[in-house]
Amino acid sequence: MTAPPDDCLARNEWICGAYLSSRSQILWDAVVQHLQLTAVSVAIGLVIAVPLAVAARRWRWAAAPVLGVTTILYTIPSLAMFSLLLPVYGLSASIVIAGLVLYSLTLLVRNILAGLRAVPEDTRQAARGMGYGPVRLLLAVELPLAVPAAMAGLRIATVSAVSLVTVGAIVGYGGLGNLIYAGMNTYFKAQVLTASVLCVVIAVAADLLLLGIQRLLTPWTRAVAS
Amino acid sequence: MNTLSDTWSWLTSAAHWSGENGIWNRLGQHLWLTALCLLLSCLIALPVALVLGHLGKGGTLAVNISNVGRAVPTFAVLVLLLLTPIGKYGEWPTIIALILFAVPPLLTNAYVGMREVDRDVVRAARGMGMTGRQLLFRVELPLALPLILTGVRIAAVQLVATATLAALAGGGGLGRIITAGFNLASTPQVVAGAVLVAAFALVVEGVFELVQRFAPQWAKGGFG
Repeated sequence: MTAPPDDCLARNEWICGAYLSSRSQILWDAVVQHLQLTAVSVAIGLVIAVPLAVAARRWRWAAAPVLGVTTILYTIPSLAMFSLLLPVYGLSASIVIAGLVLYSLTLLVRNILAGLRAVPEDTRQAARGMGYGPVRLLLAVELPLAVPAAMAGLRIATVSAVSLVTVGAIVGYGGLGNLIYAGMNTYFKAQVLTASVLCVVIAVAADLLLLGIQRLLTPWTRAVAS
Repeated sequence: MNTLSDTWSWLTSAAHWSGENGIWNRLGQHLWLTALCLLLSCLIALPVALVLGHLGKGGTLAVNISNVGRAVPTFAVLVLLLLTPIGKYGEWPTIIALILFAVPPLLTNAYVGMREVDRDVVRAARGMGMTGRQLLFRVELPLALPLILTGVRIAAVQLVATATLAALAGGGGLGRIITAGFNLASTPQVVAGAVLVAAFALVVEGVFELVQRFAPQWAKGGFG
């Protein structure tokens, strides 16, 4: 082996172009894992949250336990949450996904429920008067009107999930968090900074993407605003 | 079932409670870190939020800072601080990271609380000839207190969580029991640590819930 070159990698600088070009594959793999973990968990969270919120809306007695349990889950720190799931899932990606699903549930259920509760009683009665059954009322009137509030919850849940995935590094499935964890142990500044910046970029991009989807889904809110 | 009983025997073993790596020491560190950083963050955030709220300025900043705080991974900040020159000074990277993540909810809630004070009440107080200072301390602050306390509660829970994560970056606190458990591949220890952390977080949340429930009485009594 020849003498190490005197580049930013050898000098262990924070910002390093050589790091980007030489480790692009590692970075790409970490970003893909990060996106997969986030997307899968938020999607599962959404699939569970919608029926829970609808149930809490429909039956008054269901609201308190649903909100109470999800709030308690949200209070548990992420490291403890992943650790509590260790006996169930072992060292696997499922730990991270299950933990993130539980966190997103709180935000999603609360926001969807708020959206459903904000549907004006007049609107509901008008739909009933037009002969809408309970199912059609829910699918065609109540859920669409709850979309803006639900999307606000989805955006917060997604941004939080992007940030929390990094903690998954403790079980080896942390996306960019793995690079941060490894970079911490080897004092590799460029890797830690690059991975951290990419996390924030992913969070902001996901937030903007969801904002765009929300605009497409709710054309009527734009009509009012303009 | 086996893990449960193993965890229970780990938790009830006296050896795990004493010593430098023992539960009592880690709990003390966690409590100390949380309390110290909560105090420091309140000292930083609340005066700023109260003044901004009183003047009605800087609203976008105060509200958006929470969203920024959410997008930045706590773990990344902890490690970044550890690798900076600050990292050499023992607990300081942890303390700074904790404060950074506790300030946004404090700032946002206190600011919103100040701005949501009924404008009619504020105008009435001004009409009575109250000075800006009197208005702030006798009218706006007491009325904004519930939301300010909500901010303190969110910040406290956030601090407990961040202090746990600090263990990943070499800091003290209950998180160390979890990370040590992972290093030893001891599931009972990991779960026991997690149970302790979760219980601690819930107790903190519960204490603030109680404080908040009884706050209006002493607020009225104290400022009336």
